[in-house]
Amino acid sequence: MDLLATLRIALKALRTNALRSALTMLGIVIGVAAVIAMIGVGKGAQTRVEEQVRSLGANVMVLWPSSVNAGGVRSGSGGVQTLTEDDAWAIALEVPEVAFAAPTQRGSGQVVFGNQNWFAAVFGVGNDFFEVREWGLAAGRHFEPAEVQGSGKVIILGQTVARQLFGADTPYEDMIDRVVRLRRVPLTVIGVAERKGQSAVGQDQDDSVFVPVSTARTRLFGVVQGKQRRINSIWIKVHAGEDMKAAEEGIRTLLRQRHRLADGQDDDFTIRNLTEVMQAQEAASRSMTALLAAIASVSLLVGGIGIMNIMLVSVTERTREIGLRMAVGARGRDILSQFLIEAVTLSSIGGAIGIGLGVLAAELVGQSAGWRIEIQTEAVLLAFGFAGLIGVFFGYYPARKASRLTPIDALRYE
Amino acid sequence: MPAPLIRCEGLAKRYEVGGGGVHALRDLTVSVMPGEFVAVMGPSGSGKSTFMNLVGCLDSPSAGRYWLAGEAVDAMSRDQLAAVRNRRIGFVFQQFNLLPRTSALDNVELPLLYAGVPRQQRRERALRRLGQVGLAERVDHHPPQLSGGQQQRVAIARALVNDPALILADEPTGALDSRTSIEVMALLQALNREGITILVVTHEPEVAAFASRIILFRDGRLVRDTAHRAQDATTALAALDRQTDTAPVTGSGTLAGGARSTRGI
Repeated sequence: MDLLATLRIALKALRTNALRSALTMLGIVIGVAAVIAMIGVGKGAQTRVEEQVRSLGANVMVLWPSSVNAGGVRSGSGGVQTLTEDDAWAIALEVPEVAFAAPTQRGSGQVVFGNQNWFAAVFGVGNDFFEVREWGLAAGRHFEPAEVQGSGKVIILGQTVARQLFGADTPYEDMIDRVVRLRRVPLTVIGVAERKGQSAVGQDQDDSVFVPVSTARTRLFGVVQGKQRRINSIWIKVHAGEDMKAAEEGIRTLLRQRHRLADGQDDDFTIRNLTEVMQAQEAASRSMTALLAAIASVSLLVGGIGIMNIMLVSVTERTREIGLRMAVGARGRDILSQFLIEAVTLSSIGGAIGIGLGVLAAELVGQSAGWRIEIQTEAVLLAFGFAGLIGVFFGYYPARKASRLTPIDALRYE
Repeated sequence: MPAPLIRCEGLAKRYEVGGGGVHALRDLTVSVMPGEFVAVMGPSGSGKSTFMNLVGCLDSPSAGRYWLAGEAVDAMSRDQLAAVRNRRIGFVFQQFNLLPRTSALDNVELPLLYAGVPRQQRRERALRRLGQVGLAERVDHHPPQLSGGQQQRVAIARALVNDPALILADEPTGALDSRTSIEVMALLQALNREGITILVVTHEPEVAAFASRIILFRDGRLVRDTAHRAQDATTALAALDRQTDTAPVTGSGTLAGGARSTRGI
């Protein structure tokens, strides 16, 4: 007996009890839709975190000054600038795991160009900073060594700042060599940084400008004149494949020596392994996706049990039909495949409708909540395949029950 | 002498009920030659239905041997039995057992479906058989749209469609009025003349009268096996028509008349 004929019989049986078939299908529809929507929402969140990880750059640590205890008065984090540019050079030279150590002096100020102005975060950095953050340029060049050493009056603009000052339509190339003012200091634009997007905490990373670290220290935020060359933070990139923990220990030991801290004295700096933090977030979002999918799968399971229930009813109701089919020559496996195909058809149609509904629901949730939604083809195929499998799994028992009836008992069934 | 179509030796069927067994059929030895028209009679519980179920390969015997067209059926697997039912036997039931919400044509095609006959051929053969039983005009009708007699003729077409050697009819006229009953018997007689062996289970002597051999069961045993001069159903029908013509009011004279039954499966 051919598959097509069996399929026709199954479809006919489903049409005969249209309402019942529809209600049974509803269980699968809701189950599949829930799985698709949940995975869509979860995957979207996961991708966002992953992008943040990428925007941070790989294997990144940050050093900040920490609280300093001066005769019982504690300063709070960053209250005293205990880190110097020389610390950064020492770390880059002496800790073998470290690839780059970028000293950073952070401040903020009003950037003015013509009649436009914009308040932005100002980073006093060296070229190392761009290496650590894996942050390229959309146009222009990086700093010259002379500019970094000798307080060059140059500036690299972040995307947001560039757009605010020069308008949305100006090409980046036209911004180069223009002069902007920051804290009354005229600075020549030498480059525009690439778009970086939001940071993990939701800050617009492109709303920044970059000047040489010496310029920031001496010309802009001239807080400390002199030899100490103090800075806010050091961004560190560890060589790919190196142990972050070992790098952290190496840096700690080196800095404790350089800062002449006695045993038992607290560190006067804080090391934050940002990559690790981000990876933890990533793992959390991944397990959240799995959890959502698992919860949604329960409804799919319940839908499957619904199919089994209806198929059992159907087998009982149609016992005489089964008996007649056997009398005219249906073998056990013909009956088995008839009912199995009926169950699989039910679950597959339900699955297909569920996919459509799930995609729709995910988009709706995404739009109303402002979440990012990501529907993956794999997830759709998986859900559909799973729905079909549920049909096979929960349809098998009733179908086998039908196929094992003896013809005479089935024919005589009242 | 030709080989018998049906040959039973020491055939027995025992049902386990409650405390002990019930012998539905005991030690039956009987043969039916090809081309016979046999009426199987007996009161209810006599074993005639059990005999038909065993002959029809719908049930398996507790003891004894059974050959159908020379093949030992008692040793066959379920699938083999299904194939035997499909190819050698046509069934006609008291309640017609047509699939509801399924056209007459599709109902007749059913055995061919399980025989693996291609779609086009299925259609042709089913149409031919429906024409043979006089329902060429009603192939797309569903069972509830047909009279009882028409439904039974659809069932006979279904029994015929796979060219069986044997037709088993279990009380084929039980749900029909007397005129339609005779029509159905006339159809069976016509098939018998074409060489198909027919076994009819009935408790009505009027129906058995159309058979050429009568087997009587009582208490699970075959008690009488007699040859019989068969009454011709076509003649009986003509006689009935003459009666109807003289009797002023009966109202069931049309060919399509007869007991309507919407009972399907």
